[in-house]
Amino acid sequence: MNLNATLFVQLAVFFVLSWVTMKFIWPPLITAIDERRKKIADGLASAEKADKSLAEAKANATQVLKEAHAQAGKIVEQANRRSNELVEEARGTALAEGQRLIADAREQVVLDSNRARAQLSKEVAAIAVSGASKLLGREIDARAHADLLDKLALEIERG
Amino acid sequence: MLKLSIASEGGHESGGMSEYISHHLTYLSNQVQGALFDINVLHLDTIFFSILCGLLFLIPFYLAARRSTAGVPGRFQAFVEMLVEFVEEQAKGMVHGKLTYIAPLALSVFVWVALMNAIDLLPVDLLPWIAHNVFHIDYLRPLPTADLNGTFGIAIGVLLLVFYYNIKIKGVGGFAHQWITAPFGNVKLSANPLTWVGFLLLAVVNILFTIIEYVGATFSHGMRLFGNMYAGELIFFLIAGLGGTATVLGIAMHLVMGSVWALFHILIVLLQAFIFMMLALVYIGQAHEHH
Repeated sequence: MNLNATLFVQLAVFFVLSWVTMKFIWPPLITAIDERRKKIADGLASAEKADKSLAEAKANATQVLKEAHAQAGKIVEQANRRSNELVEEARGTALAEGQRLIADAREQVVLDSNRARAQLSKEVAAIAVSGASKLLGREIDARAHADLLDKLALEIERG
Repeated sequence: MLKLSIASEGGHESGGMSEYISHHLTYLSNQVQGALFDINVLHLDTIFFSILCGLLFLIPFYLAARRSTAGVPGRFQAFVEMLVEFVEEQAKGMVHGKLTYIAPLALSVFVWVALMNAIDLLPVDLLPWIAHNVFHIDYLRPLPTADLNGTFGIAIGVLLLVFYYNIKIKGVGGFAHQWITAPFGNVKLSANPLTWVGFLLLAVVNILFTIIEYVGATFSHGMRLFGNMYAGELIFFLIAGLGGTATVLGIAMHLVMGSVWALFHILIVLLQAFIFMMLALVYIGQAHEHH
């Protein structure tokens, strides 16, 4: 137990140390710490904000995608319907055209057969006249016997 | 260490050992201590190593503080900031008031005391051997916290701060009022003369207890650190004494026990510094409380 003046020296050293620490060491350090803490807090806040906006954007994108899907579906459906319509229409047109062609052909056939028949009766009449003239041995005046010939032709025609 | 060679020579083992230890327990002082308290004596070793440790604290911390930025800290800056934050947190928990001076004070006390304590981890004969062979100094106790002056110097400094903050927070009147009313309270004065007697009696008792409180607090503050470091130092001497026997067993024991005790002492060095700081904060914190 040797107490002496060393005690007072130590006391003085204690106060000098704590004073120097307060004056020159503590303030810059605590300022730096607080500033960095603020920076980190800001960084975290902005990260959180970014997270939130990312989530929002994602939700947005999902919504847009969903809408696009729906629209695409609608368009496909519309296209299908339109194509069906076109096919139906084409089929109708084709059918009508076919029928018209058939009708035309029929008409043509009737016309042709009528013409052929007329020709034929004319030729038959001529043959009949020439045959009769041969049989009679003389010229038959076609004009004089026109009535007769016509009648004949008519009969052949029917006959 | 050199002296112990004598111890191993003959049957004077205990004498050699006690001489070794008492030699190591002798301060480097300007003159011989005359009484329990001798104002003319200075322990030059305690003063030198206290100031050295103070500079070992101040200079690196000052450099770190000067270069500190809010950006990414370097390793040393991060370490210093860790200590600063740690101490600030403790100070905030203990003292409810302005910390402008108190928190830096706690930091300087913690690091300074830890550095002084850490001298104990150096081989017990290293510094005295250097002092002897290089500076021709025969006695040296390098551990300032194993000197009562070293620990009580700080403890009394804390006591002065306790008085200062008491008066600053409560005013002289409030502080005086606390002396006569705490811890037992006091009677209300009235026209009845009995209350006067009771008031006086309780005031005396309260003042006595307040004195005991402050003396006890300061005594235990300084004594706790001193006791721990003194005992630790002494055990290092004893362990070194084992090696000094220059027998195989002695050297083996020195190695094993010295390692174990040094490892354990790392804990004590830091723990005692922490406790010392915490007690300072507790006492100063109490000065801030209104009764």
